[in-house]
This record gives sequence, C-alpha cells and structure tokens, in this order.
Amino acid sequence: MSQVNRIAKGLVDKNKPLTFEFNEQSYQGYEGDTLASALLANGQRLIGRSFKYHRPRGIFSAGSEEPNALVQLRKGAYSEPNTRATSVELFEGLAACSQNHRGSLKHDLMAINDYFAPFLTAGFYYKTFMWPKSFWEKFYEPMIRASAGLGKLSGEPDPDCYDKGFLHCDVLIIGAGPAGLTAALTAGRAGARVIIADEDFLPGGRLNSETFEVDGMPGAKWAAQTVQELSTMDNLSLMSRTTVQAAYDHGIYSLLERKTDHLASSSGKPRQILWRVYSKRAILSAGSTERSMVFANNDRPGVMLAGAVRAYANRWGVAAGKQVVLFTNNDDGWQTAYDLLDKGIEVPAIIDSRPTVSLKAPEGVQLFSNERVIDTRGRHGIQSIILSNGTNIQADCLAVSGGWSPNVHLSCHHRGHPQWDERIHGFVPGGELPPGMTVVGSANGVFSLGAAIESGFEAAKSIVGDLGFAKPRETPPKAEDEPAEAAAFWYVKESTGRAWLDLQNDVTSKDVVLAHQEGFRSVEHVKRYTTLGMATDQGKTANILAMAVMADCSNKSIQDVGTTIFRPPYTPVAIGALAGRSRGENFRPVRHTPSHKWAEQAGAVFVETGAWLRAQWFPRTGEKHWRESVDREVLQTRASVGICDVTTLGKIDVQGRDAGKFLNRIYCNLFSTLKIGKVRYGLMLREDGMAMDDGTTARMAENHFVMTTTTANAVSVFRHMEFCHQCLWPEMDVCLISATEQFAQYSVAGPNARKLLQKIVDPEFDISNDAFPYMACGEINICGGTPARLFRISFSGELAYEIAVPARYGHALMEVLKQAGKEFEAVVYGTEALGVMRIEKGHAAGNELNGQTSAQNIGLGRMVSVKKECIGNTLSHRSELNKEDGLRLMGFKAVNAADDFKAGAHLINPGDASNTENDQGWISSKAYSPSLGCVVGLGFIKRGHEREGEAVRVVNLLDGTDIEAKIVSPHFIDPKGERLRV
Amino acid sequence: MIINHPLLGPRDSVEFIYLGDAELINRPNWQGKEASDEAIDSAIGRFHNYLYLRDNPAGEHKELWYHEQGDRSWLVVTRNTINHEIVKVELAKDVAGRSKT
Repeated sequence: MSQVNRIAKGLVDKNKPLTFEFNEQSYQGYEGDTLASALLANGQRLIGRSFKYHRPRGIFSAGSEEPNALVQLRKGAYSEPNTRATSVELFEGLAACSQNHRGSLKHDLMAINDYFAPFLTAGFYYKTFMWPKSFWEKFYEPMIRASAGLGKLSGEPDPDCYDKGFLHCDVLIIGAGPAGLTAALTAGRAGARVIIADEDFLPGGRLNSETFEVDGMPGAKWAAQTVQELSTMDNLSLMSRTTVQAAYDHGIYSLLERKTDHLASSSGKPRQILWRVYSKRAILSAGSTERSMVFANNDRPGVMLAGAVRAYANRWGVAAGKQVVLFTNNDDGWQTAYDLLDKGIEVPAIIDSRPTVSLKAPEGVQLFSNERVIDTRGRHGIQSIILSNGTNIQADCLAVSGGWSPNVHLSCHHRGHPQWDERIHGFVPGGELPPGMTVVGSANGVFSLGAAIESGFEAAKSIVGDLGFAKPRETPPKAEDEPAEAAAFWYVKESTGRAWLDLQNDVTSKDVVLAHQEGFRSVEHVKRYTTLGMATDQGKTANILAMAVMADCSNKSIQDVGTTIFRPPYTPVAIGALAGRSRGENFRPVRHTPSHKWAEQAGAVFVETGAWLRAQWFPRTGEKHWRESVDREVLQTRASVGICDVTTLGKIDVQGRDAGKFLNRIYCNLFSTLKIGKVRYGLMLREDGMAMDDGTTARMAENHFVMTTTTANAVSVFRHMEFCHQCLWPEMDVCLISATEQFAQYSVAGPNARKLLQKIVDPEFDISNDAFPYMACGEINICGGTPARLFRISFSGELAYEIAVPARYGHALMEVLKQAGKEFEAVVYGTEALGVMRIEKGHAAGNELNGQTSAQNIGLGRMVSVKKECIGNTLSHRSELNKEDGLRLMGFKAVNAADDFKAGAHLINPGDASNTENDQGWISSKAYSPSLGCVVGLGFIKRGHEREGEAVRVVNLLDGTDIEAKIVSPHFIDPKGERLRV
Repeated sequence: MIINHPLLGPRDSVEFIYLGDAELINRPNWQGKEASDEAIDSAIGRFHNYLYLRDNPAGEHKELWYHEQGDRSWLVVTRNTINHEIVKVELAKDVAGRSKT
C-alpha cells in the first residue's frame, strides 16, 4: 500500500520522501506531512480504539484539537503516549503505534465493552459494580482500570532534557494565521519588538489549508512571502512549533517551544523550551475550531470535520476518502465540496440542515437541503450514511461542519466569561480580557478572510500608536470576504443510536441527558459527572455540542448554560518541560560548606538539612552500624576533643548605634547590657509569644553584634529582622547583613579543646581560662596571621569553642585542626553525635522549638523580660500560655536501662489507661547516650518542673510498647555546668 | 505578576516573598514597664487584634512583600485582589516612618 490517497502536491515536498512506521508496518510520506496526513495518504483510516468502549476510531481533525487519533510515539524510554497524530510532524524513521487495545488494533478483544455500553453510562462507577462490596477494590476497579485508558508510560526516566527561558517584547502575537501575520507585519514594520508564536510548523494558519487569495496570490504563497519579510526584521521573532499555553498576570505568557520533536533525535539538545514572555501588549489571533454535529455513530473512522477534509486535500494533497459526503449547517462547509471537486474527488451529496440554502449545488452533486444524517454504517470505518428521509448513501468519508467556535481559551485565563454571539452561533471573547490583550480574526468571531486580515491590521496599528511608534501608513492586504452564513443546528433528534459528544472520553448525548435527569444542571457538574471535556483535548470539539444538548434539556439558551472555566495549558504539556533542568541532582540547589570536600574525603555520610549537606557521621573501617561511629565520636569528644563543622548555623551581622536596643526587641532577653567581648544565649519569640528560634549573639564592639541562628531558620530569622527594622522601627540606626556564607565555623569541644586551639592560635592571643573565660569572644589571628573569630560557647556541654574564619580558609582550617589534634586523638564528629550530646546536655533544638512551644514550656519562662519592649512578650502573658499545669521540658530515662523508646511516644501516668484523656505529654527527642549507657529522652510533660523523680510510662501505641520511665532533669550530664568553665 | 520596585524598577514577583496585610506595620503599644493587670489585659487585646484580625477585601488591598531575591526591601504593595492590578508600590520603611509621625 503506497500513498493511494495522495492526489495532489499540496505543500509537501515530494522530492523528500520519508519512511515511517505505524504498528510496525512501514509506510512512506513526505517532508511537510503530519503523521495524520501521511497515514491518510496511505489509506490508513483506523488509528486507535476509544477510551471506554474500545470503538474503532480514525482521524477527526487536522490540528491540535484532535480528540481521536492519539498514538504512542517513539520507542523505549523516548516513548510518549497520547500524542496527537494531527500535530506530529513526520520525520525519517518515525515510529508510532495505536493505543488502548488488547490484541491487534483491528481485532481488539476489549471491543466487547461496546456491548456493555448500557452499564457504562455517566457515573456508572457510582451505580454499578457495587456488590459485593469487597469486589470493588480487588476486582472491579483493577478490571476497569485495565480496560479503560489511553497510551502507556515507558516507565523509564525521560532521557531528553528541557530548558526554560525568558523573553521580553512590546507585542506578543498568538497565532500566525492571516490576522496574526498581518498584525506582525504591521507592528514589525513600525519598529515594535514583536514575538509571533504559532503551534504549527508552517506559519499561515488556515491560509495553508484554504484556496483563498490574498493580495492577488494564493493564500499559502502570501503567507510564505510574509514570513520571508518577517524573517528579515531584527525586531521580530517568529516562533513556529510554539504554543502559547497560558495568559498570566501583567502581560506574562507561557510558551512551549518544541525544538527537536520534529527530528529523529534530539542529539542532546533541549527537546522543548518553556518560555516566560513579558509583553506590553498581546494580540490573540488563535483562530477558531470547527465543531461536529451530533448524530448516531458519528464517531466512526471516516467521519471528519469538513475543514479538516479540505485541509488534507489542499495542504497535504491527500484525499480523506474516495466518496466524500458533506453534512453541514453553514456556508463554509460547502467550501470543502468545491475544493474536493476541484481536485477530482467524488462528492456524491451535500446534506445541508438548513431549510433554505442560497448556494447552488455543483454539477453532479446531489443536494439534500433541510435534511440530516441520522446514522452511519460500517465496521472499521464508515461505508454508508442514512438520512432523515431514509436515503442511504455510499460514502467512505463524511465531512461534517457544525460551524466554527472561536478559540477564546487564552482570553478567559483571567476568568473572563465568553459571550454568546447569535450571529456566528458561538462564544466570542467577552467580559474582562487579560489586560493588554486584543482579540482579532476568527478568534473574535470575524470569520471572513478579508475582515479577519483587516482586524489584525487595525489592532496592530492602534497598539503601535499607543506604544509610541509611528503609525503605519500602508493599507492592509486585500482579500475577499467569502460567504459565511451559518445556522444554529446542533443535533439530530431523529437519531436513536448513541451519538458522540466527546470522542476522547467516550461521552454521548445520552450521558448528558441522563446527567440532567439525575439532577446535574450546572455545566461544571455535568462536566465532572460525565467526564465531558476532561480528556487531554479538554473538549475542544465537544464542549459546545454538549452545551447545546444541555440547553435543550433545560429549555435554556446556550449563553445561560454557560461554559466551564478555561484553564491553562491550552494543549498538554510534558511534565519534563515544566521541570526544565530541575531534576535529579539539579532538582534544587545544594549548599556545601567550605570543608565539604574534606568531609567527603574523610568518608562522611551526609544528611540534607534544608539545602545544606552536612556530615552526619564519619564511619571508620570495621564499623558496621551507624551507632558504632556515633558512640565513638561522642565518647572521644567527651574524653578528649572533637571537631565539628557548624558553618551552616545562620550568622547575622548587626551593626549600628541602636544595635543593642534593636536586639533587645528581637530577643526576649536583654542584649544592650552585654559587655564587649562577651556572648549571650538569646531566645527569640514570635509575636504570638511562641518560641521562634534561639542561638548565641556575641558583642564584637560597642555597635557590632554577631548573631547566630539555627540552620533551619537562618533565612526566616533574617527576613523577620529586616521586617522588624524596616516596617516596625525604621528610626533605629541599625544595619543587618547575612554572613552565613562568609564564614566557615568549627566547634572544638572536649576537655582538650583549649590545648588543641593553643597550638594554632597566634601566641600574642591569650586564651587561658582567666583571659578568655566561658562566654568570651574576640577577634584573633591563627596560624601566623590568619584572621579568625573565637567564641567560647558550648552546645555539647564540654569545654568548647567555636572558631570562625573567612570561608576560603575553611578547608585549610579543618586540615590544621585535624593535624594539631593528632596528639589528643581528636575526633571529627557529625550532626548525629552533635544531636546526642545536646540531648545529653538538655539543650532545646528543632524538635523542642517546633512553633508550638512557649518560653515557659521549654523552661525559659523567666528569660522573657517584662522590663522592655520586644516581639512576643505581650502575648506571651496570655493566661493559656501561663497555666500552672502547663507543659515543661524535662528529661526521661527508662527504669530498665535496656529499654528503648521513640520520639513521639506519649507520656501516661502509671495505672492510667493509654488514651487521649490521660495524655500527660510526649517525648520530643531521644538518643542512646553512650556516656550513660542507656537511652535518654527530652519531652514535654504537664507540671514537669514539679515532678522530677516521679514515675511515668512512655507509651507508643503504634509499635505497642509501654515502658516504665522516670522524670528527671533534662540535663543528663554535668547539670551544674562545671565542665564548661574549666 | 510584576512588581514595580520603587528603587529597582519592574521585577518579577518570583523574586519576592509575600507576607500579607500591611496593617502589620501598625504594631500597637506594649503595656509598659510598670503595667497594671488591666493595662496588660488591654495590651493583650490590642496585640490580639493586631496579630489575628485581618480584613480580606475583594478589591484593593495593601500588603507586604519582601524582595528576598533582591535588595531585601520590604514593600507595601497596593494590589487589587480581584484582578491582581498593582496600583501603588512604596518602601515599607517610608510608610512606617510616616505612620509614626
């Protein structure tokens, strides 16, 4: 079989034949073909099986509105389901297969579903398959899922890459049909920066599919010539294969450009680019979509839109059938008969639903006016049609024109409601358009060619004038205004068989009538109940027909039935395009500390903390379990000295004459009284009185503080402080800057911490206990002149320091510390050992400062100063936050040292039932303490501060454990803090 | 959306963090040093209203946006919540300064 239906040249290049594959059979087409036109040229009418009933389906349209001809395109990991054959540009080696059948396409075993149609009506899954109840999950649902559907995912990662980009323009023109091209020409010549985008690979829109003339030459030639001129303009960019998907606020549009979809291989280049376009004005010239009419068995292969039938003949030189019958309710449909006859295709009859038709039937064509098609016959494709007067006509193609619907979609993306236009029997853009948008051509219901061109010209002229460009003096291109009379005719009531509205989701007029009978009156409800318009084509060819049926059921006008809301995207977008480069390791930025490489080389296991990667522990050879590494790191730190990278803690530099006063208001405790060279722990509240964050802040100079925040809240605390300064107290003389990334910071903790540091701190700096006591800070030099900051603070409970150096010295400092620590067998520890030591010491951290705990809850109620104004102190006085039996942070220890419990477990008094009423609190953090040889926990318990020594049960109903425990001080080691001060 | 930053010109809204009602600028007085119980209660009432009670107008709304991916300015943006039209953009510190005097 070789291109039996190729009749004329059209706009394909017959010198460039292309070989392609459909269902593993080889075919030939030409450059310029779509997969659909090439399949039709080869006489392939059956393309796939329908969603629900597995009905045979063929090609219905010639554009992106296609509901039927969906194919699985390409192979292996490149395979893409539900690709519209009408939009797929043919390339050498293209491979496609049909979807949704078991066995061969022609003999689909699932076609039996069609016989069960009475059981598969609207909302069937709410009504049938209900009993026995247990059958739904195990039997009915899997069965329905297996038999319904479209294509299949490859199940492999998408091997292509995608990109994102940004563009700016004065005027964005959406659609390169006659109106769009005219607008582009006018705006471009005036000097405006123009982007004109079109989803097709050949600009020109319907001009390429019609035989009309513009400026005395064939429309397609005029389009090509215009494109030629546009391509010479530096201020204009013509983007073909680019669909404008969405209209966002303030002139921002989303465009999807298909860069390599028309090539056999993307060769590593981005397959598609998602553009974000910033425009001052937009011209919507998106054209219109033809609709069908509703009659029995209007879904058979061979039933096609009339405009598509002549597009295949004119643009691709393909006859959609050998005997094409036309069924129309408007003048435009007749053009199909004229064009086909012109190319020698037999048109036995024209059926026009209108009672009186002013057009004259061409010679040899039988005209049936005031008649309707009531049914079609044929197994895998149409063979004959039956008219309302009983006439039976042989035909292998039925071209149907139910009129044209303007493509109003983008004009409605700001929830504008389209208006019904009686003149064209369709919805036109109405209500509030996206600001800056002008709609022209047939998208605005201007259907005749001459008028469409003129509307494009006038819109562009007025816009360039508004934007301050010289108004063009030329006149618009000339074209005829063809007859475009149309009548309102939607569905053939004499039809008794099932008549399709939504071909893709298999929704018939009976489903809509049934939905109405069952009380679904709103168009939005009918949509969801019947699934009409919810397929991948979003009902582009179906919705208006369904509204007409609804209008008829409820005796309303179509305007009163109304449309569903139009939402982006205009056509389906691959998830990969939305993700762009943000996938795999580039899913989001990852932050590394300056000594990350060092940790990597030391074999660290990393953990994500926000965007940071932090060393979690450093396994040594022979250690089989993470606990072995962590226990070793903890014990060695407490026995001698440990080093930990704490760079990720937030660092905020606070300077200015009012810096101290400002910090008084940020923290609940006082900072203006802090002496220079000293550090203080600070607790920050939210305005509602809950704890927000904590950390230490050092006073480096009279007007200079360095604040630390937790890793998790570094960004939000800085934002909060900027808010407080700019919005609440702009009169304060204070400057803030985040210095988190400017300094690498390491904790050196353990009894030998000072000895280790003394080896690297330059001798002129005395860091003895007397000269540099607990909570001291200062600027020092290390390693012979390298500037550093030293803070004597401790999270572990040991004698400890944090040393900060400019980030570029971080890696080197880690090496120096490790080297200097050799004689003390210094250990490097990760976040896990850090966490164990802070639990042993009883410091609150993220699990305790979870946004639901007050200063009182964490045992720091007395820190909240009542003598000064600060964020959160007023509302922290609320009685609910100051209840006598409020929760307090306490320590918990199992009575039997071998018992384990989990964070999240609840605390229940001995003898009480384990239920919500008896809930006393919960465990917030727990760790195995190698120092104590048992599990220790921190948690919140009612009246905890009065209950030290009491027994309590740690209950976990999820794993069924119930452990006897004792309430203890949260400070498991060194409760008096003696180790800190040696 | 595009926010016309008073210092930097038009910027895409993705550079900003949204906070909400610009009434947050008008933080009430706290109760003061030697406050009586009644004074504390009325301060709690004022802060309660300040923190929790918001107008939610369908129409023009003054709101706070933070230029986090930019110059860290807090802005007061007057935006129509129905159609997202932005009619005015000011530096929050100017607005706050004015409301204090």
